Amino acid sequence: MTLLARRPRVAVAVFPGTWSERDFAHVATGVLGWDARLVWHAEDDLGACDAVVLPGGFAHGDHLRTGAIARFSPVMRAVAAFAATGGPVIGSCNGFQILTEAGMLPGALMRNDHLEFRCDWQTLRVEHPDASEAWLGDLADGELIDLPISHGEGRYVADPATLDELEAERRVVLRYADAAGRITADANPNGSERGIAGIVNETGNVLGLMPHPERASESEVGGTDGLRLFRSLERWLQARPAAAERRL
Amino acid sequence: MHWLAEVHVSLRSGIADPEGQTIGSALRSLGYDSVSEVRSGKLMRISFEADDSAAAEAAVAEMCGRLLANPVMETATWELRADEQQDPELVVP
Repeated sequence: MTLLARRPRVAVAVFPGTWSERDFAHVATGVLGWDARLVWHAEDDLGACDAVVLPGGFAHGDHLRTGAIARFSPVMRAVAAFAATGGPVIGSCNGFQILTEAGMLPGALMRNDHLEFRCDWQTLRVEHPDASEAWLGDLADGELIDLPISHGEGRYVADPATLDELEAERRVVLRYADAAGRITADANPNGSERGIAGIVNETGNVLGLMPHPERASESEVGGTDGLRLFRSLERWLQARPAAAERRL
Repeated sequence: MHWLAEVHVSLRSGIADPEGQTIGSALRSLGYDSVSEVRSGKLMRISFEADDSAAAEAAVAEMCGRLLANPVMETATWELRADEQQDPELVVP
């Protein structure tokens, strides 16, 4: 097998008000030994990269709706074009909200049903990891992982037909679960429809999730389940060196 | 011509509105027992220029469709009127 003969390169978009870009870049460079480039939202070129991160925070102050202004930032045209070629894109927290506003993922994220901001560790049940080999290839169907959540507007909503379609197409890949893996109202930290915490696009290369994998990538901070998403990506890129080089 | 649009953005029926529910509970706790439901929303007043009412109407519809409301969970309605007081041709420098 031919391996990717270089370190993976990740572009991390930075919007006015996002706050997780440095954590993502730290994990990429400091933990994984990748190259990371922070890309200001006004840029319309991501540079040469293997994957794109839309980080958490409060892009453009979350004014009007979360992600509503950010979707019009020039960098999002480049992100959409990158995703259209099959490039792996992950949007966490505010990044997930931006992806839904941009129409790159269906549905919307609304105010938590209890109106409180939630910052806590959360158990998640992995489903259909084969639907997104790039991001979940190292995880098993039904496996439980723990990731931090940190949001006030994480209630996933979509009309019933869209929810049914997502389920039928095996695109719901993460759900809020209790310690036994059950999807219950008590385990749901924000009132999301059907306990949905993460979904992928039709081609599986775009993943949106409310939890923060970048905050669970070193044992010093309490857990490393988040790192497994990035290890999945690394393995996925290694298995597709030609595709990775073509996208640069 | 100068126009003033008042755009109301409301949550679609069926979309849970925890803010509205909380306001409703607060009203009932103040003794307004007859309050059965509160739905919250947004009001935006937009001043802008357009040649005529058809162009103004089309502009507001486009603004709502592109930015002001997310059709996944919201609907937008608006009232539009010519805003003569803001017409720059009538403002004395």
